[in-house]
Amino acid sequence: MQTPAPTDYVRATSVANAIALLEEHGEEARILAGGHSLLPMMKLRIARPEMLIDINDLDELRGIRVEGDELVLGAMVTHREVLESPILSEHYAVFREAEKVIADPLVRNRGTVGGSMCQADPSEDLSALGAALRGTVVIQNSSGSRTVPLREFHEGPYETKVGPAEMLTEVRFPIRPGAGSAYEKVERRVGDWAVCSAGVFVTVKDGVVADCGIGLTAVGAEHFCAPDAEAFLIGKAPTEENLRAAAKLAGDASDPSSDQRGPADYKKHLAEELTFRALTRAAAASQGA
Amino acid sequence: MTAVEEVPISAAGNPIGFGNMKRVEDQRFVRGQGNYVDDVNLPGMLHSAILRSPFAHAKINGIDTSAAEALPGVVAVLTGAALEGIPRPSLLGDNFAWMPTLSYDTQAVLATDKVRFQGQEVAFVIATDRYIAKDALELIEVDYEPLEPVMDAKRAMDPDAPVIRDDKGQTDNSITDVHGAKTWESGNAIGTAEAIAAAEADPDCVVVTQEIMYPRVHPSPMETCASVAQMDKVTGQLTLWTTSQAPHAHRTVYAMVAGLPEHKIRVISPDVGGGFGNKVGVYPGYVLSILGSIVTGKPVKWVEDRNENLVSTSFARDYHMTGKIAATKEGKILAVDVDVLADHGAFNGVAQPTNYPAGFFHIFSGSYDYPNAHCKVTPVYTNKAPGGVAYACSFRITEAVYLIERMVDMLAAELEMDPAELRLKNLLRPEQFPYTSPTGWVYDSGQYELTMREAMRIAGYDELRREQAEKRARGEYMGIGISFFTEGVGAGPRKDMDILGLGMADGIELRVHPTGKAVLRLSVQSQGQGHETSYAQIVAHELGIAPEDIEVVHGDTDQTPFGLGTYGSRSTPVSGAAAAVVSRKVKDKARLVAAAALECSPDDLEWELGRWKVKGDPERGKTIQEIALLSHGSLELPEGVEGHLEAMTVYNPPNLTYPYGCYICVVDVDPGTGQVKVRRFIAVDDCGTRINPMIVEGQVHGGLADGIGMALMELIAFDEDGNCLGGSFMDYLLPTAMECPDYELGETVTPSPHHPIGAKGVGESATVGSPPAVVNAVVDAISPFGVRHADMPLTPANVWRAIQGRPVRVDLAVE
Ligand SMILES: Cc1cc2nc3c(=O)[nH]c(=O)nc-3n(C[C@H](O)[C@H](O)[C@H](O)COP(=O)(O)OP(=O)(O)OC[C@H]3O[C@@H](n4cnc5c(N)ncnc54)[C@H](O)[C@@H]3O)c2cc1C
Repeated sequence: MQTPAPTDYVRATSVANAIALLEEHGEEARILAGGHSLLPMMKLRIARPEMLIDINDLDELRGIRVEGDELVLGAMVTHREVLESPILSEHYAVFREAEKVIADPLVRNRGTVGGSMCQADPSEDLSALGAALRGTVVIQNSSGSRTVPLREFHEGPYETKVGPAEMLTEVRFPIRPGAGSAYEKVERRVGDWAVCSAGVFVTVKDGVVADCGIGLTAVGAEHFCAPDAEAFLIGKAPTEENLRAAAKLAGDASDPSSDQRGPADYKKHLAEELTFRALTRAAAASQGA
Repeated sequence: MTAVEEVPISAAGNPIGFGNMKRVEDQRFVRGQGNYVDDVNLPGMLHSAILRSPFAHAKINGIDTSAAEALPGVVAVLTGAALEGIPRPSLLGDNFAWMPTLSYDTQAVLATDKVRFQGQEVAFVIATDRYIAKDALELIEVDYEPLEPVMDAKRAMDPDAPVIRDDKGQTDNSITDVHGAKTWESGNAIGTAEAIAAAEADPDCVVVTQEIMYPRVHPSPMETCASVAQMDKVTGQLTLWTTSQAPHAHRTVYAMVAGLPEHKIRVISPDVGGGFGNKVGVYPGYVLSILGSIVTGKPVKWVEDRNENLVSTSFARDYHMTGKIAATKEGKILAVDVDVLADHGAFNGVAQPTNYPAGFFHIFSGSYDYPNAHCKVTPVYTNKAPGGVAYACSFRITEAVYLIERMVDMLAAELEMDPAELRLKNLLRPEQFPYTSPTGWVYDSGQYELTMREAMRIAGYDELRREQAEKRARGEYMGIGISFFTEGVGAGPRKDMDILGLGMADGIELRVHPTGKAVLRLSVQSQGQGHETSYAQIVAHELGIAPEDIEVVHGDTDQTPFGLGTYGSRSTPVSGAAAAVVSRKVKDKARLVAAAALECSPDDLEWELGRWKVKGDPERGKTIQEIALLSHGSLELPEGVEGHLEAMTVYNPPNLTYPYGCYICVVDVDPGTGQVKVRRFIAVDDCGTRINPMIVEGQVHGGLADGIGMALMELIAFDEDGNCLGGSFMDYLLPTAMECPDYELGETVTPSPHHPIGAKGVGESATVGSPPAVVNAVVDAISPFGVRHADMPLTPANVWRAIQGRPVRVDLAVE
């Protein structure tokens, strides 16, 4: 049995209340969402918050909806809700494809979108997806809220733009009619973190790529994206040769380090190979194949 | 394959004898009502936690426990220095800081001079609850002076390598066995060298050489190790509830370590949540809970967490092997030679029979007919956790089978011959049994070709090869891997085998109550094998008493006779035989009682299941239940026959039993990512008589999952600073149902001629036999890229690197 260090616990009654509690308890307080990142770290005593502010009662942070030309996910939407959402599937196949390979059903039942974003693990799958779709997040504090593009959200591994007495309340994604999307992940075993994942969308219009987004996780790509590869593809026909060339640029955007998941050369290769595979499927989907 | 004997069915619907029967123990397990060590809670019980070394190799300059002792709730803090101060009235040393291992080495209970592996026990906190004990660990200050860690067995052999066991006055890192030898050899060194040299010089022969690493893995039982010690100061009685696969052997070791009188020690292993060899050794934690109870006068519970289990308890394998196989170009194997560097970690804690310092590795000549085989094994100390015989390895037969089955596949590739054909050419033939192997084993029985052809039939082998050829033409990479294994299990004959001087024979007692219900007392300890069911079936088979009328008692040294425990697949071969023999003793006595009651000569009686009857007058007879009552009643018994109906025996196996099997694995490999998908797994086992086929299949299923795990993902590696890189289940990957296909099982039945019921043991067969099948399949799949060998675990990265021709050392940190 793992034994975390002593900690206190309180259930927030509203977002405002949670923020007030964060202000009251200062640096040593932490938001508790699904707990699937925070609790394992506490059990190993890597994290030792003195106060846990549980936001599981906050219905205002739940729900998936369309608002104008955006998909809006509350911070407390679970992985499972993303996986099973007909609204998200209707617009992007990539949500379902990514969620199918995130963790296992137990983790997906409780782990949340907000928690994943705020955890900001360098191998977080939703970070690749968010970067690919150029999503935004809404961050709230006691004086109001602001919107931050996901491609500016991460300050480094496990570090985000969410400040000490702030909360992430929503994640938003632009709707792109005609876009095809796909997710590719290599893991050592089902339920494991990614050795590398690539999530992409491609909009093909009149035989050329009108828009695209490429997200990469676990390979050290800055802001989980590959902008040079995207720029290269715009205006080009989605031929195998062009997709390969773009994938090569995605590989160049990665800067992996060696660890037990694999050596850096392999991960770089995967960034390229998985981007190519995802682009191929997404382009085909956009063209109605 | 073989027709199942008709067995009568009991009132409860169970076979009165062999056959499928649901496991009795599952009634409590599926209800969540098992009783594990952590479920033991005694009045006034204290809890504990162990401070472990963050360094793999460091000098300890001092330990300050004062802040921990001051924490409210902390009762005591023990250190190595404190233990050195407690005199020990025993033959094995003069204080409690060190304890003997099962291989005549010493191991620190708490480090005194140095720490020698990351995770080594440094201090022991006893407190009123588990959380306080853990909190107190953070308050202990240890002044470490880091030393160069030796994480590579090859580096350990360097003359300038740091000496790990300076406590023993060693000047190098070699391990000396009880006979004073630094290497251990078996087989015919000269004949093998000559045969290989001749083959090298002969244009009609080939020799294949390969370095093969069987990396370090961990058994990872679901229940971690734990103990509750209760020392009664008034009576001097020590009761220890503990996670042990061998309660009797442990009791004797505690008597030696603690200098306590053995009759005052009671070891209880309640339900044990998986062992796989992890719970054979005696760990410092167990000893510390005993010392804690002696010091505090209260019961003390120690329960390891997952990280502690992974980093500090008995690992398995860590064998660096170099194999050489010689054969004719027609595919007749001529000789095999193996050189092994064996990494034993910081203390030599392997748990194998004394005369076999490399376990049963020398069974590596395998299932094939050739005259020359030789191995040389050199064990070394490194700064890694101790252990070495674990994870269902049959005393290192896992390594042996992996070596020979990889070498045979490499030979097939060299000869461009189908690996099935090559095996069929060389398998031992039925008329060769009993077969004396080149390294001296006497295989009892086998019909190897029959078994192999059955596996090929289930697999549709030829069709698979056709499919593979078609796929290759399309650029798809499918692989077919075969493994044919022979194990020697059931240690063992007293004349050859002991552990710490304790012979490996098993006692057993059977008592039939007046109403004909029975209780069987076993020395072996179940960790999931289903003993409570199979042993009742053995007695049922012999005496005709329904299994539900037989209580099987095990896991308590006060209630069971002496024996060495459950590991190395020894329960059925040894204690299973004992159960049959003791039942026959009861049956023989029952005959005398029946004769007295029927007023005839015992010779006039013949046995039918459950009843002695008069020859030629079958209506006249007495059932075993009637005889039980008569035995306890007023019937006048013949001269020399005592009342009651019970017997005991000690079974000394005349030889090991030799289960074997043929496994075929089919994989698909994605060469762009290196991912392996195990598509099919065919396992045909011949374990002799099957007592409960359902339990046999369960054992095989579990073992196959183990093998797939080891082949594809499980690994305990270390970085150069000595950090263990497999300390959690996020890092040490175990397979899930998603990685395991629907197993296709088959059987042949070749009973052991010397075992009373012909059973051979099957607990480890699948773990032993499956890794080479998976690896052979993966290598077969990627052979078009020129790959002949790749070391486990075949993670996507390692497969991809093998395809690129960039193989890696798997046991060190990935670079
Ligand atoms: C076995 C296992 C396997 C996993 N595999 C994968 C995988 O394959 N891919 C993958 O991407 N992830 C994986 N995960 C991680 C999982 O997806 C995340 O743990 C989880 O989704 C994080 O969300 P949570 O709700 O559990 O966050 P929590 O653990 O509750 O919180 C995580 C962090 O975010 C902060 N936080 C949470 N919500 C907010 C908020 N609204 N505002 C501000 N801060 C907040 C918390 O204070 C904490 O610091 C795995 C986890 C486990 C346990």
